[in-house]
Amino acid sequence: MGFYLAQLLTGLANASSLFLIASGLSIIFGVTRIVNFAHGSFYMVGAYLAYSLVTWLDGGILGFWFSIVLAALLVGVIGLVVELIILRRIYHAPELFQLVATFGVVLIVQDATLAIWGAEDLLGPRAPGLDSAVRILGEPIPEYDLALIAIGPAVLLAIWLVFHRTRWGVLVRAATQDREMVGALGVNQAWLFSATFILGSFLAGLGGALQIPREAVSLQMDLSIIGEAFVVTVIGGMGSVSGAFIAAVLISVLNAFAILIFPQISIVLPFVVMAVVLIVRPYGIFGRPGSEHGGTEDPDQPLRLLSGKGAMMLAAAVMALALSPVFVADFTMILLVDVMVATLFAVSLHFMMGVGGMVSFGHAAYFGVGAYAAAMAVKLLGLGMIPAMLLAPFGAALAALFFGWFCVRLSGVYLAMLTLAAAQILWGVTFQWQDVTGGDDGILGVWPAAWASSDRVYFYIAFALCIGGIWALRRAAHSPFGYVLRGVRDSRIRAEAIGVDTRFHQWMGFTVAGAFAGLAGVVFAFSKGSVFPDALGIAQSIDGLIMVLLGGIHALAGPILGAAAFVLIEDWVTRLDYWRVIFGGIILVIVLLAPDGIAGGVNRLMRLLRRDAA
Amino acid sequence: MLDVKTLTARYGRAQILSDVTLSVGENEVVALLGRNGAGKSTTIKSVMGLVQHVSGQVTYDGQAILGRASHMICRAGLGYVPEERRIFGELTVEENLEVGRREPRADAPEWTFEHLFELFPNLAERRRNLGKQLSGGEQQMLTIARTLMGNPRLVLLDEPSEGIAPVIVEQMATIIGELKREGLSVLISEQNLHFARIVSDRAYIIEKGQMRYEGSFAHLDAHPDISTRYLAV
Repeated sequence: MGFYLAQLLTGLANASSLFLIASGLSIIFGVTRIVNFAHGSFYMVGAYLAYSLVTWLDGGILGFWFSIVLAALLVGVIGLVVELIILRRIYHAPELFQLVATFGVVLIVQDATLAIWGAEDLLGPRAPGLDSAVRILGEPIPEYDLALIAIGPAVLLAIWLVFHRTRWGVLVRAATQDREMVGALGVNQAWLFSATFILGSFLAGLGGALQIPREAVSLQMDLSIIGEAFVVTVIGGMGSVSGAFIAAVLISVLNAFAILIFPQISIVLPFVVMAVVLIVRPYGIFGRPGSEHGGTEDPDQPLRLLSGKGAMMLAAAVMALALSPVFVADFTMILLVDVMVATLFAVSLHFMMGVGGMVSFGHAAYFGVGAYAAAMAVKLLGLGMIPAMLLAPFGAALAALFFGWFCVRLSGVYLAMLTLAAAQILWGVTFQWQDVTGGDDGILGVWPAAWASSDRVYFYIAFALCIGGIWALRRAAHSPFGYVLRGVRDSRIRAEAIGVDTRFHQWMGFTVAGAFAGLAGVVFAFSKGSVFPDALGIAQSIDGLIMVLLGGIHALAGPILGAAAFVLIEDWVTRLDYWRVIFGGIILVIVLLAPDGIAGGVNRLMRLLRRDAA
Repeated sequence: MLDVKTLTARYGRAQILSDVTLSVGENEVVALLGRNGAGKSTTIKSVMGLVQHVSGQVTYDGQAILGRASHMICRAGLGYVPEERRIFGELTVEENLEVGRREPRADAPEWTFEHLFELFPNLAERRRNLGKQLSGGEQQMLTIARTLMGNPRLVLLDEPSEGIAPVIVEQMATIIGELKREGLSVLISEQNLHFARIVSDRAYIIEKGQMRYEGSFAHLDAHPDISTRYLAV
């Protein structure tokens, strides 16, 4: 009995931190509609700052708690700076651009933290006065856990009071429902957004700072918490603070007990819970469909067929690529294969997002399933390269067919979150299922057949598959099926009214996009000779998003430009120290200068030049 | 007081307004008539700074306001009552009014909670209810009351009679009369000629984004062909 109570209390203590960070995320999303990937970074910086302040002040109970609060306040200031210099400029850009910008912030914060605090994990001091354990029903319970259990509800109460008893809180709640109307009633939204950002980052910083007596402060804290924080936010309903609290308790307590039965579950459990909740309640426990007001009002431009000149340029580029093995070095050829794989991956994601109107935070799942299916076909089934290559995309298509069925029941940011959940579940299974997938060690020795083993021959295989795949997706986008998908994207209601089975078409679009991502994964697996769980990871999914958005979502050429730019820039900067700062900086510069992506930016530049010439 | 000249607006590539010109004088109630989709709402939203792609001239009290953020336009003295009401459903009636509350201004009558609850007795009874629990008519009252909390000098009323019961429409007419008595100016967009005639001093008719008529209701009555051409459904 005592043991189970101890487990419950541990779960509740975990819930408090999780609630703090998730509530901040939820508040920021509610008001600004920004899905803030940098929220995990705020959490991490809060922990580092608290560590430094506690060690520096070294002042007993008072000094400890003062340091915690000061660290959280400083993180609030950092949040304000990020809001003022970056996000404020792009509130009118598409939501996903803001997401990419926040990911740029993640990269910069990672390197800044590394530069200031070093790569070593830091072990914080215990909380003075709360450093022992009390026995409850014979089980030792850390006093600090009990303090955390009290802090969670206390913060919830404080937020509730602020939201219901102050004018500012009322404005925040109003803005969560309809921020444009709040503006029309004379409230300066910019000021409201800044204040919201301060509060949200303060809460993230507080969550991080409170963790220092419990876990080592490390550079992995940001991305390890952000997935779970998203899950909690989504389960609770985006924008709902009490929802975040209930979801945090639900996840943490379930987790505390589930690991007793099945220790490997903790990686996947939050995502499974989220998938179940979203299918039953598509907007989370307390969430509501968001207001449409205040978004960008420009409808998507129709996709244009290539002009004669554009088609010629494209043909010339493909020809140059086809001939490149004749005159480039081997390592360049390998790089070009990477570019082609990334391009096919990006084009498949664009097919889903730009054509299908479904944003995916977990497109890497199908890339990874394709790669693993190929590797397992070779290693477990003993198939040759060609049969494996033909078979594996169907594996990815099957996975997309399965998860897509759930995902297309939702829309917008909730759909995106469910794709993330799907990807994390697949990643967790791959990571844990040692016997079949090799777990963390991956599957090695997935080389092309002997006749195809030279870089040049494999280049042409990759060329045929990737360029062929891109061409097929382009055709699909301009086929009647593509028209229907775009119709559904622009207005689901109108599409339904003319008799389109919108869900079915989106489901098929999802599957097609997954299959081609799988094809990219296949080419990737044979070019690297191995696959690791990273292929399905969040980072890979975000890479895809960055490629599509950097290129520009409104043009079919966008993902091609974006992927090429991404791979080439990445290849160049990852050789440098502190490449994340540079890469994050490049992302931010592109986002701030060309909110419509590289393709959009080039278009605008061309128009400008033409006008000057005329 | 409000002068709109050659106002053009578009959503994406579709041009919604072309060269719209109208004016509202001191303590005047002006009706902007037109069919569904003629451009009435877009005109009002453009004045309020809620349409992105606009050009032309909008001056209020001598200052150019086109292109300003909508909160600045509100603070200059314009109050906007949206067609879809846009009540904050998760907030109570009082909280809805609180969102609209602004400091009193020298050039306009000051509205308080008590004053508004007198004018809208239904809302007084439901002050602690959530916005989403109100009936359509009550929501229509609340959206007007919320805007009045900002102490505007000029109220832009977008289709106030749409979708509410006839008895409420009558109440609405009384309220607009009350606003005029208080010294406010009102620009009201309407499809209902009969209702507009009761509450307003003169009329504009807009069709397909262009101004087709400007003048008195008497002239409109004397020339029924005008309203047949531009207003009949």
